[in-house]
Amino acid sequence: MAEIAQGQGRAKGKNTRSRTSTKIDMTPMVDLAFLLITFFMLTTTFNKPQTMEISMPDKSDKKVEQFVPESRTITFILGKNDQVYWYAGDNTPGAKVQQVEMRSTAAIRKVILENTKQVLEKTNKDMIVIIKALDNSKYQNLVDILDEMHITNQSMYAIVNIYEADKELLANNFPNSL
Amino acid sequence: MPKVKVARKSVSLDMTAMCDMAFLLLTFFMLTTKFKPEEPIVVDTPSSVSEIKLPDTDVALISIGKDGRVFFGLEEQGTKLKMLEEMEKKYQVTFTDNEKNEFKLLPTFGTPIGGLKQILNMGTSERAKVNQPGIPCDSTNNELKDWLIFARAHNARPLKVAIKGDKDSNYEVVKRVIATLQEQNANRFNFVTNMEAKPSSLPK
Repeated sequence: MAEIAQGQGRAKGKNTRSRTSTKIDMTPMVDLAFLLITFFMLTTTFNKPQTMEISMPDKSDKKVEQFVPESRTITFILGKNDQVYWYAGDNTPGAKVQQVEMRSTAAIRKVILENTKQVLEKTNKDMIVIIKALDNSKYQNLVDILDEMHITNQSMYAIVNIYEADKELLANNFPNSL
Repeated sequence: MPKVKVARKSVSLDMTAMCDMAFLLLTFFMLTTKFKPEEPIVVDTPSSVSEIKLPDTDVALISIGKDGRVFFGLEEQGTKLKMLEEMEKKYQVTFTDNEKNEFKLLPTFGTPIGGLKQILNMGTSERAKVNQPGIPCDSTNNELKDWLIFARAHNARPLKVAIKGDKDSNYEVVKRVIATLQEQNANRFNFVTNMEAKPSSLPK
């Protein structure tokens, strides 16, 4: 920074104009600059939303509709008021349907893990999870159950449209569920 | 004994260099920051443990509101212009150059094609107040499908489809949107969610 020597002019007595220093105190400017930097730094990094990747089967490809062995499947039906109904195996009228509350993730996790273990012991293969949702269930529940699949490391799961047989099964077991 | 003379130094230091650097960083952050675009619909997304980030560009964002209204958003301006021109042909509506320019700058919209003209002719503040009815996407009238087809056809790079649904939206609407995507073989898509901590251990 340019420094100007002061006082020499005065010594001669001719130049009496007082010279002020050209040095300015830059502290407030730097303070402000750093404040703004902090603001912009914080707003940029926390902006990106998270996503969950979903792959659905190809509808036009008929081969995809494969046979799923009932001994390896567990079906979750998402209902209204955060209720989840589940049964293992087939949706024949005698199937044992049970109810869990979606909010208690621990209970659902337990169901998934216990069934995974049973299927693994019986068939030596991974469990297949089928997720069906009623029209009046909430989107939040769908994301939550997909999240559980993530957490419990399920390798095979699918979102499937609900069948009439499932609705009948629900109506028989839990009259208030539909 | 001679007196020890301590050299007096000025306490004010030269801050020019620090100031230069601070402003350089400030300029960088100001230019790279992208502010959140104004959204005509409030969407409260559910949270998940997923850690995949949504890319910045080439994303078609379908927002689903609490009340089941569907909105469509896209950043790429060139693609949007072509999309609008295709829609003009298909639905027999014409837009002026001014309206097309407005459309290019509009980040998200949610009206049937018939009401789009009215929305485009509004000022920004006026538009924020209007309650847009949402894009029709049922089996009889599926405009969302057309917007998506044209967007995917005209984007220079492959377009990612992201669904940003509200926590409390009914699955019925989500199902319709997913079915619309599946119809045109867009079988891979993303759900936009908030961050949530992953549980550290699993019960045995």
